Amino acid sequence: MRYLSHTPEDLSIMLQAVGVRDLDELFSTIPDDCKRENPLDLPEMTEWELNDHMAALAGRMVSGADYKVFAGAGSYHHYIPEVTRYLLSRSEFVTAYTPYQPEISQGTLQGIFEYQTLICRLLGMDVANASLYDGAMAVAEALLMAIRISRRKKTVAVSSLVNPYYRKVVETYFKPTEFHVVELPRREDGTTDLSGLDRIDDLAGVAIQSPNFFGCIEDLAAAGQAIHDQGAIFITCFSEPLAYGILKAPGALDADIVCGEGQSLGIPQSFGGPGVGIFAAKQQYVRNLPGRLVGQTVDADGKRGFVLTLSTREQHIRREKATSNICSNQSLCAMAAGMYMAALGGTGFRELAALNRDKAEYLKSALQDAGLEIPFAPATFNEFVVKFPDGFDQKWQALLQKKILAGIPLVCYYPELANHYLLCVTETRSKDDMDALVKEVQS
Amino acid sequence: MKEPVGTRGLILNEPFLWERGGKGRTGYSLPRRDVDSAPLPEDLAGDGPDFPDLSEVELVRHYTRLSTWNYGVDSGMYPLGSCTMKYNPKTNERQASLPGFTGAHPLVPSELCQGALQLIYELEHSLAHVAGLDAASVQPSAGAQGELAGMLVFAAYHRDQGKARSKILIPDTAHGTNPASAALCGFKAVSVATGPDGVLVPEAVEALMDEDTAGIMVTNPNTLGLFETHIQAIADIVHAKDGLVYADGANLNAVMGVVDFGRAGVDVLHINLHKTFSTPHGGGGPGSGPVCVVKRLEPFLPAPRVVKSGDGYALSEDFPKSIGKLHAFYGNFGIMVRAYSYIRTMGNKLKDVSQHAVLNANYIKEKLKDVYHLPFDVPCMHECVFSDKLQEQHKVTTLDVAKRLIDYGFHPPTIYFPLVVHGAIMIEPTESESRENIDQFIATMRRIAREAQEEPALLQEAPRNPKVRRMDETQAARKPCLRG
Repeated sequence: MRYLSHTPEDLSIMLQAVGVRDLDELFSTIPDDCKRENPLDLPEMTEWELNDHMAALAGRMVSGADYKVFAGAGSYHHYIPEVTRYLLSRSEFVTAYTPYQPEISQGTLQGIFEYQTLICRLLGMDVANASLYDGAMAVAEALLMAIRISRRKKTVAVSSLVNPYYRKVVETYFKPTEFHVVELPRREDGTTDLSGLDRIDDLAGVAIQSPNFFGCIEDLAAAGQAIHDQGAIFITCFSEPLAYGILKAPGALDADIVCGEGQSLGIPQSFGGPGVGIFAAKQQYVRNLPGRLVGQTVDADGKRGFVLTLSTREQHIRREKATSNICSNQSLCAMAAGMYMAALGGTGFRELAALNRDKAEYLKSALQDAGLEIPFAPATFNEFVVKFPDGFDQKWQALLQKKILAGIPLVCYYPELANHYLLCVTETRSKDDMDALVKEVQS
Repeated sequence: MKEPVGTRGLILNEPFLWERGGKGRTGYSLPRRDVDSAPLPEDLAGDGPDFPDLSEVELVRHYTRLSTWNYGVDSGMYPLGSCTMKYNPKTNERQASLPGFTGAHPLVPSELCQGALQLIYELEHSLAHVAGLDAASVQPSAGAQGELAGMLVFAAYHRDQGKARSKILIPDTAHGTNPASAALCGFKAVSVATGPDGVLVPEAVEALMDEDTAGIMVTNPNTLGLFETHIQAIADIVHAKDGLVYADGANLNAVMGVVDFGRAGVDVLHINLHKTFSTPHGGGGPGSGPVCVVKRLEPFLPAPRVVKSGDGYALSEDFPKSIGKLHAFYGNFGIMVRAYSYIRTMGNKLKDVSQHAVLNANYIKEKLKDVYHLPFDVPCMHECVFSDKLQEQHKVTTLDVAKRLIDYGFHPPTIYFPLVVHGAIMIEPTESESRENIDQFIATMRRIAREAQEEPALLQEAPRNPKVRRMDETQAARKPCLRG
């Protein structure tokens, strides 16, 4: 077996040194009635067989490469430059552990320090952590952090226009606790209705997504005002960070915590994971942050270097009093995001964001011109909702046969929104793709 | 002894990203613009992020130089206890990068993602089979989230039985994630002291277990590298009060093909795919922390779940007792592909993996126990735990030994954990190392023990070979500088 190197001779020398007769005797401390009654029964493949088997499995997948996918909803098809894929595969990054030994982990540490910095610059925030699992968990952690900051107020509120999957994860995290999650209704125009905030008692924090699940850009300045008026922590979240290439940064709008999913930043969709949970906050809340932080310091000779820091917040020191239970995070995906932001640069990031918006606007007007309804008026980035005529679900199925995925049906998440579909256009969709879609839905 | 692996080389300095580049450069090829511009309304528009602009060449030099400051499993032996830093097979990377997987949107109808659903289904069955339990969910994103899933299952089970419970028993050798995960579920952690032989004794559990205690979290093999020999008796005590038994499977690499966790009385077990199943650590993640359960707890597993219907597979939400969702989609699928590839490559040789891992740890234990204090001199599983007791007299600590190993070209073991051993040095060689590598590690550890007596300054001032020397961690925490 190519991953195991002991020859029979090695084994016999080592067994003798240990003082046991055979490999089975190594397990003599394990009581017999804890042992397996039957041996393992797993298939074994050569590399050739594995290649064929995996190609067959991967072949039974629709991929963004051969389908015209007009779907986002938390997972976005963006082009990943070869240079970031190539650099990310360097095994010094891939096969290293968490940088607990800083002297031989400076590559990961500086890379993550740069990631933290670029995330702060993107979101207009003071501090960002080294990553959480995904956007959904990041929102749950943000709400728990708001409760800590508030010194145990009992209620948090979440907009009903936060990605429905994120809300489900929040529900899971909150179910066994003594805290309550209130859902904020939406207005007719597809943005969050904050008018009832003052009627919620004991409010620790409020989470709003922008662009929200319908793609609409929320009025974060007004939301921040309303939330701060209640003495609550203002959390903004996102599933599409590329939007901040052209949108005002949430930090400039007085957000206390900004978090979300960073898959768009150079990470493959990969059937939903791994992505990266982005988490940033104002400086004053730094000691309440969940997860790891990389900080700059000096070595014994006074030379610049980096370490994991403020670890007294974390589970390996603070145990049950830690700010979170997270240990492993999504470090390599954070490196990917850092590389991607650096590859685009400020200029490229802005241009790419603008192109996403421009293309989405093109499709939006073309569909409108074709007589379809755009039910929500607020400005959008690269996603928007379209209301199709009754019976469109059959057409949607038929389009799948033609390798077009015409958005995500919203009725699964909002039962009152029959015939409403969430469409997404990134830089990977051409004008021809969009023209073809418009033609199809008209016919 | 042969020439040490560790040596000095030409190490290149590299500034921050934002100290490189020049406005207007780019490392990205923008697609051709085929639509008109449609700017945002002015009140919403921002100025765009203040990122540096770099050319592709600058970007490549930057990250290539950074990478050379790292030590990975591909660089050398990485005997980090409880972390299972085994070799990460390259074919796994190839399979995970197949375009059918990487380009897959998670919300396509199930008939268009049969390959991924089949892979998840088969992986869950293979993991449950290796564990000796009945069902598994691969949704948790890492070990700590697997623990959380387990604790949520405990909480949901007791609610379903009609009475929520408020406490959980956790041995003093547990990873910090155990009490932290339990606390997230509102459980108060009650510490159980390890017995004199380094394992839990049933009497200690008996004395603490009551009907307000949800159950016990046992890492098995434990963090001293010992199999919890009384696990069945402990499970009986817990079950008698209708509690549940959770096993932290961080150390599963010791017992594949040997232990049947179901027979041992375990109800829930989490597994780290990034330890036992060879997926790379990536400098701290992404990992994957599947959770396996016995039949009666299957209804509580995270949803959605992949179910088989006829010849096909589908995602089902129809699990009313489920603890719910832990990940926006289905977990770290790309990591699952790698672990699945590993399991299919190894087949029943997973048992050989555990045998070799345990042999290597015992071999190191025998060859070092005359020069390093061994608190529990008994046969170990996949790791052995020493301490710095013999080096103390020379004013040399565990940290000094660890840093000196770096100079010799080895990654240090886990240090100062478990907490029950003062100055712990926890060595887990894994099955990946050849006898020659292990012998060289042993020779190096012996040489360091000699240096501790004869020239302790060599240890106290180590490391000298890497790019930087010991870091001022106090300053980092006192005046946090977390961004540039």
